[in-house]
Amino acid sequence: MRNKRALFAVPYVGWMALFVLAPIVMVVIYAFSAASGGFTLDNFARMGTYAVVFARSFKLALIATAVCLLVGYPVAYMISREGPRFQRIAMMLVMLPMWMNFLLRTYSWMSILENTGLLNRFFSAVGLIGLVNRLCGTDLAYFPMINTQGAVVLGMVYNYLPFMILPIYSVIEKLDGSLLEAARDLGANSARVFLRVILPLSLPGVLSGVTMVFVPSVSTFAISKLLGGSNELLLGDLIEQQFLGTAYNPYLGSAIALVMMVIVVVCMAVMNRFGEGEEQAVML
Amino acid sequence: MKRHGRTLNRLLMALVFLFLYAPIFVLIVFSFNDSSSRTVWQGFTLRWYVELVQDRQIMSALSATLLVSLLSTVIATAAGTMAAVGFFSMKKRWRRPLLTVNSIPMTNADIVTGVSLCLLFVAFFAGWETFAQSVNAAQGLIRLPTRLHMGFGTLLIAHITFNIPYVILNVLPKLRQMDKNLVDAAQDLGCTWMQAFWKVVLPEIKPGIVSGALIAFTMSVDDFVISYFTAGSATSTLAMVVYGMTKRRISPKINAISSLLFGTVLALLVIVNVREARQEKQMAQRRL
Amino acid sequence: MSKKLIRLADCCMAFDGELVLDHINLYFNDSEFLTLLGPSGCGKTTTLRIIGGFLTPTSGEVLFDGARINDIPPNLRQVNTVFQRYALFPHLNVFENVAFGLRIPKTADDGRKKVRVPEEEIRSRVLEMLEVVSLKGFERRRINELSGGQQQRVAIARALVNRPKVLLLDEPLGALDLRLRKDMQSELKRIQQQLGITFIYVTHDQEEALAMSDTIVVMDQGRIQQIGTPEDIYNEPKNAFVADFIGESNILDGVMHEDYVVEFFNRKFKCLDKGFAPMESVDVVIRPEDIDIVPQEKGQLRGTVTSVTFKGVHYDTIVDFKGFKWLIQTTDYHPEGETIGIVLNPDDIHIMRKSEYSGMFGDYSSYSEEYEEIGGFDGAEEAAREAGHEE
Repeated sequence: MRNKRALFAVPYVGWMALFVLAPIVMVVIYAFSAASGGFTLDNFARMGTYAVVFARSFKLALIATAVCLLVGYPVAYMISREGPRFQRIAMMLVMLPMWMNFLLRTYSWMSILENTGLLNRFFSAVGLIGLVNRLCGTDLAYFPMINTQGAVVLGMVYNYLPFMILPIYSVIEKLDGSLLEAARDLGANSARVFLRVILPLSLPGVLSGVTMVFVPSVSTFAISKLLGGSNELLLGDLIEQQFLGTAYNPYLGSAIALVMMVIVVVCMAVMNRFGEGEEQAVML
Repeated sequence: MKRHGRTLNRLLMALVFLFLYAPIFVLIVFSFNDSSSRTVWQGFTLRWYVELVQDRQIMSALSATLLVSLLSTVIATAAGTMAAVGFFSMKKRWRRPLLTVNSIPMTNADIVTGVSLCLLFVAFFAGWETFAQSVNAAQGLIRLPTRLHMGFGTLLIAHITFNIPYVILNVLPKLRQMDKNLVDAAQDLGCTWMQAFWKVVLPEIKPGIVSGALIAFTMSVDDFVISYFTAGSATSTLAMVVYGMTKRRISPKINAISSLLFGTVLALLVIVNVREARQEKQMAQRRL
Repeated sequence: MSKKLIRLADCCMAFDGELVLDHINLYFNDSEFLTLLGPSGCGKTTTLRIIGGFLTPTSGEVLFDGARINDIPPNLRQVNTVFQRYALFPHLNVFENVAFGLRIPKTADDGRKKVRVPEEEIRSRVLEMLEVVSLKGFERRRINELSGGQQQRVAIARALVNRPKVLLLDEPLGALDLRLRKDMQSELKRIQQQLGITFIYVTHDQEEALAMSDTIVVMDQGRIQQIGTPEDIYNEPKNAFVADFIGESNILDGVMHEDYVVEFFNRKFKCLDKGFAPMESVDVVIRPEDIDIVPQEKGQLRGTVTSVTFKGVHYDTIVDFKGFKWLIQTTDYHPEGETIGIVLNPDDIHIMRKSEYSGMFGDYSSYSEEYEEIGGFDGAEEAAREAGHEE
């Protein structure tokens, strides 16, 4: 009787086959095809020339993920220590920026970081630029901030920090309070309670946070275009160029996309190894 | 000592929130700037808001954004809830792999989801063209359009595809938490299964459905990458308009529309929260 | 007890090939209080769910008033259930919970027309039923504002307001504390007698079963072990399992020499049982409270006290007879190490045929552990049921 109800999933299973699995099959087919048709591994061989881009993407995404973790974990932990009303409002404030499209927020950073932007105006107004010039013997009219790798990392951290805070918070918040009391009762001080109980138990949240930040960071193209200028090409830019840009070549683009998918699968596999609770952790 | 730590905590949190909201604040302030400069303050004006309403491109992008977000949320919420009920009733050995496939759009990089859907649509349109041409050649009664393009339809399909998983992931735990006897009890009291679903299951899983819908809507509004690859050239969302402008100069009208959106969301949230707080107060009073 | 209302005819139930009910034949009389009693996993809840319509037996027939109802869904059966942990609807208040069944439009007997109970009748019937369960004035309360006992009453009212012919109760008192449980026991009995309908009650608590039932069905491993009145079951257990499950028993091997004569511990005793083959091996049951302790020289058997536990009304005294330990319950105290004698009267000795359970129960060598097993929540059976049900 119950199994009949499983039929409710049939339409969506069909939908998934059509719009989740079929597109992936398409990517795989394209990745192994030559423009003239026929099987080839050329697309992967050609990726070697973009090793610099791969390295840069990974470096920036890793830095951004690390910063997000270092900032996001304490924030999530601190929020979970507050009263329920505070918690609700704080989490709402974390979510709220997402309701403004991320491109609009990133665009706003442009006006802050520009050479004649708000930060540089502020620095010159307080005499910081003059001070630095005098101390280091340089002759700067402004601090170069936009179109640097630092700006790209900043953009990543800014946009994806909520993705780190949310899963960590939701795991810590659900921790059984009596566990902490038990640890206390057994003689652990606050530092020990944190290190031996809270941290290991919040690991599933951390892992899903890390994936949720790393994956979009390593694949972004808008952030690098807006904040990195044209000289900080990332993997995402590379793919975008192959599909909609000047260097039209969906075969190479698919090959890079396939590599990216493999990265995600590896991330997921690592996550599954560590935390069984991953399904809940992703939940907001 | 303890109080001291608390103040420090709050200070750190305040700094993080400052970081999150400073750009939004800047964006809003400069929407009232009487100059097209986005860094130099030249005095207060509302002209960008006036011009905004007259800007065809932005207004159509706004309506496309809202329409695709709302439609995809409604469809994904209904379909996702139904699918969650199906998954819930399924044997584990079926549910496991299906849930893995379900999580692909959430975990895959947006750009991969975007380009893979793009490839699919292009391939489908190519196939359709051959099909339509042969049908048109074979008979004269109906003329099928031979050339299809990516547009609002494909955009909507893409948004529904990446929204449903969030709904399922929010509804499924609520189904699991539900006392399984509730459905039995409702049937025992004379309900058919369908009646039991509407009268008992739905109210029980409502929080999951609501939060699923909320997240789906958030993801839709926030999305740029997938839309960029699936909307084609004729349809644009707000984010795509902004992206197009970065090559030239971004108009303060964008600041104005962003501020309006943000203000609306903020107002909605405040209303919802005040109402909830009031209800809780009433409940607390009733209990006394 | 007049007519047979429900019959289970040769019912079997298998989950994934595992037999949970093994050829059950059972009938339920009109207006009786019948208890299905057994340990976790014995099939009692499965039996109840088959009657309720939540499970369809793998083979066999369910008959209601003589008509086969195997394929009738629960919503169309004249049976209502009080669920384990109540299954009250958390989003509705007390009144709406009780009114739930009345608000479902029913198809009239004559045809396709849906009939609704008028609002006024709903109101009066709900209030009347809340009065029966002593919850007058609680109509507007939310479920989470009620205590366990109050929730229990709402669950009973919600089921009874539909005027079912049979009420099924699935361990309804399991979640209550001891005192409340005692109160609810007499309350349930009162309600059953007041309304005069059949109650089918599932429990693993033998005291509860003895206190409330007209008829007890003892089940184990998917089979019925014994059916009878509480007195029958207690005094004349059919096999070692029943003897052990209902109250405390010393069970030993014996040989029936002839009618009314049994031998155990190399000694012949007079008893009241007959009809066994000459020299048939049997199980001998002696209830701990039936044994009289006498000075050792006057005893039929002699043993040494190995432990004494004070139980309030009596002492649990463990006595070693040539390596076999007996439990004896007496009001007088015999210290550890004392050698005592016992006397067994013919009506203290009950003879059972050998069964698959022989030798498994009734030895108090590991006294304390045995005691632990009694009671506890029926989690295992539920787990088994869910496993079979879902996966």
